[in-house]
Amino acid sequence: MRLPLGTVTTLAWRNLWRNYRRTLIMLAAIAVGVWAMIFMNAIMRGMTDQMVRNGLNLLPGEVQIHHPAYRADPSVVNSMAPPSGELLAALQAAPVEAWAARVRVPAVVASEYDSRGIVLVGMDPAPESRLGSLPDTIIEGRFLDSADDRGVVLGASLADRLETDLGKRVVIMSQDPDNNVAERGARVVGIYRARLRSTEDVFIFAGITPTQAMLNLENKVSEIAATGNDYRVAEGWAPGIAAAAGPGLEVRHWQALDPFLGSMLSVQDGFALVFMVVIFLALSFGLVNTLVMAVFERVREIGLMQALGMRPGLIMLQILTESLMLLALGLVIGNLSAWLSIKPLESGIDISSVAEGMEMMAMGTTLHPALDYRDMVLSTVVVIGLGLLASLLPAWRAARLDPIRALAKN
Amino acid sequence: MNVAWRLAWRNLWRHRRRTWLTVGAMVFCNTLLVFLISLQLGSYGMMIDNSLGAFTGHAQIQHRDYFEQSKMRQTVPGVVSLASEVRQLTARESVAARAIGFALASSEERSFGIQITGVEPGYEARVSSLPGLVNSGRYLNAGDADAIVIGSVLARNLRVGLGDELTFLGSGRDGSIAAAVATVVGIVDSGIEDLDRAMAQVPLSWFQQVFSMGDQGHSVVVKFADLDDVAQGVAMLRDQLDLGDTLQVHDWDYLQPGLQQAITSDMTSAWFMYAVLILLVAFSVLNTQLMSVLERTREFGVMLALGMKPATLARLVGVETLMMAFLGLALGVLLGAVVSWYLSIVGFYYPGMEEMASRFNLPDRMYPEISALSLLWGPGIVFIGCLVAAVYPALRLFGLRPVEAMRAV
Repeated sequence: MRLPLGTVTTLAWRNLWRNYRRTLIMLAAIAVGVWAMIFMNAIMRGMTDQMVRNGLNLLPGEVQIHHPAYRADPSVVNSMAPPSGELLAALQAAPVEAWAARVRVPAVVASEYDSRGIVLVGMDPAPESRLGSLPDTIIEGRFLDSADDRGVVLGASLADRLETDLGKRVVIMSQDPDNNVAERGARVVGIYRARLRSTEDVFIFAGITPTQAMLNLENKVSEIAATGNDYRVAEGWAPGIAAAAGPGLEVRHWQALDPFLGSMLSVQDGFALVFMVVIFLALSFGLVNTLVMAVFERVREIGLMQALGMRPGLIMLQILTESLMLLALGLVIGNLSAWLSIKPLESGIDISSVAEGMEMMAMGTTLHPALDYRDMVLSTVVVIGLGLLASLLPAWRAARLDPIRALAKN
Repeated sequence: MNVAWRLAWRNLWRHRRRTWLTVGAMVFCNTLLVFLISLQLGSYGMMIDNSLGAFTGHAQIQHRDYFEQSKMRQTVPGVVSLASEVRQLTARESVAARAIGFALASSEERSFGIQITGVEPGYEARVSSLPGLVNSGRYLNAGDADAIVIGSVLARNLRVGLGDELTFLGSGRDGSIAAAVATVVGIVDSGIEDLDRAMAQVPLSWFQQVFSMGDQGHSVVVKFADLDDVAQGVAMLRDQLDLGDTLQVHDWDYLQPGLQQAITSDMTSAWFMYAVLILLVAFSVLNTQLMSVLERTREFGVMLALGMKPATLARLVGVETLMMAFLGLALGVLLGAVVSWYLSIVGFYYPGMEEMASRFNLPDRMYPEISALSLLWGPGIVFIGCLVAAVYPALRLFGLRPVEAMRAV
């Protein structure tokens, strides 16, 4: 038998609007639910995205190479030779877009008034800028101009604590590989501002050559960082770098470097789904209710149709089509309003009133919601899939009605 | 039971399935709200206690700019005698003086820049949980001089164990060079990486000598019996102590502003989700009540023709909704309380929580807090939302004309 699909669709569509108030209320509920699913997830994705990016900025480079003991013991002793041969070739080939070698050791900085424990980063500004690891803004002076620059660049908050300023001298103390105190005086050539105050307090940037000289490192470095275009896929190409680096070095992608950020992302994906299902469950009561009532009102009519030879399967199909139309319409409105409400917000929502709380989560003061088409797809799948599942019961009950009794019902 | 109530109750069960589905939506929403809100309140309590208990305490007396700038010379003069004065005023022993400095610490093999805290050995354990977490060696004694207790990560980084010596090189309060040698007597393992990396404590008197501090320090830490006593206690200290212009009493909210804000922002984003849920339940109620009013148009027409006032009919619809909402409230709170109560005993856990929890100083299991607030906050709003949803259906009754209504299908 050929399914009279055209008739079923027309019938379902007209049935939907017989009780237009009920349909409109249900439609509004579905639309609000779908909007909330997408909107909430866009905000959450915006937050995690920023956390990951801020986290990566603190330890720039999605893939990092270290001496095997460096991560547990970030000392000058655990340094390595700069990349050469096969590793150098791997770093210069795709998918690596930029890489840099740097010295990164704990140190103490002292001004004439105060001293602080910090992390000294000796770097070559040219490759680091391609890597995106330079501070966001230089508020005074300039950034390092070359690997040989003898000046240092401090964070604004640290400069304030040390009561030092542009052009003044500070003393940097650390140790050399033989544990002799290594120190050098340097002029403050620039002051930077970072998104997070903790970054400003911790990192001091200096040219890599004078830093290596001060620490008696010759040409050794503590860290090689490399980046591709998307932090989400770093896991894929890290093994290639590891193979090129050989067994003497440790190669890690960022998820292994910072388990918090890594777990953040996977927990977030889990939450997106849980959130959608919870919202849907709240919706489903209304949906089932609407269908149950729609069937209840039409018991006689359905009985008549059965008496005239309509098969139970078709009746079920018709109820399900009705529910599908309702869901699809709600989804369209919900997705559209989500898109319309998120787009204008993408330039950022100001959350500076809770800035310090956000800083605990490594967030800045502006939140950028990120509309992800996957959330739209996921919400559609959840709503249509579970929605049809919830409609099965009323549809099945309708199909199982006994025509004689149904017709006799008043 | 009066007639109107009996009528409402019977009306409710004319469509048994519809009523149960609507009540079911409320129960679902209420259970979820009770569970989530008690989980949130429970974790906030733990977050505050753990964060403050480790080091900050409930309140501190500091130089007015020390919190912002933390410069060595922004001191509290006579810090030990001030601490004992506070002890007398509050009648609590949990008050301790501290001084904080930075130095390059060197062992045989390694050098690190660290923050050193000078503490009163006898009192520090009463304001902070760290002294109790010494897992090898011992904490500082009153008689100690050149002894130091450090965190386990710091010990690992410096490659030192018990009995090893550490050399310090830093600058004193007056800008002079501060150099000294101390022996490691204890190692603290709190399990929180950041704390174990930063912790280094020496006796206050020795600290004052090494860093040329005289009788000065940087803070007096106070821990009250309970978080709820803080406001009153801080007000009392501000009132009773003669602190002059330079010193101030800060409460924990000032000292760790991130904490309260993290809670606020978490609560706000959670309420966005709750509001959506409540709205959806309200839609459900609106739908049910509107349908039940519309299908009774004839019946209501007859009642109007018999002389009943529209307001009486509206009240009938209101009472029906009230009964339904109350049923949802009672069952939802009951179910939510059972779930929360069970989890407050066994603890709540989800995969990936550990990493997040440690960032906020939380243990890796959460325990919901059951209180009148956590039980009734969410469901109360659902209850109100449901009643509001019935307003439109009830208002429709006022436009009803008896003759037309009686002819309606």
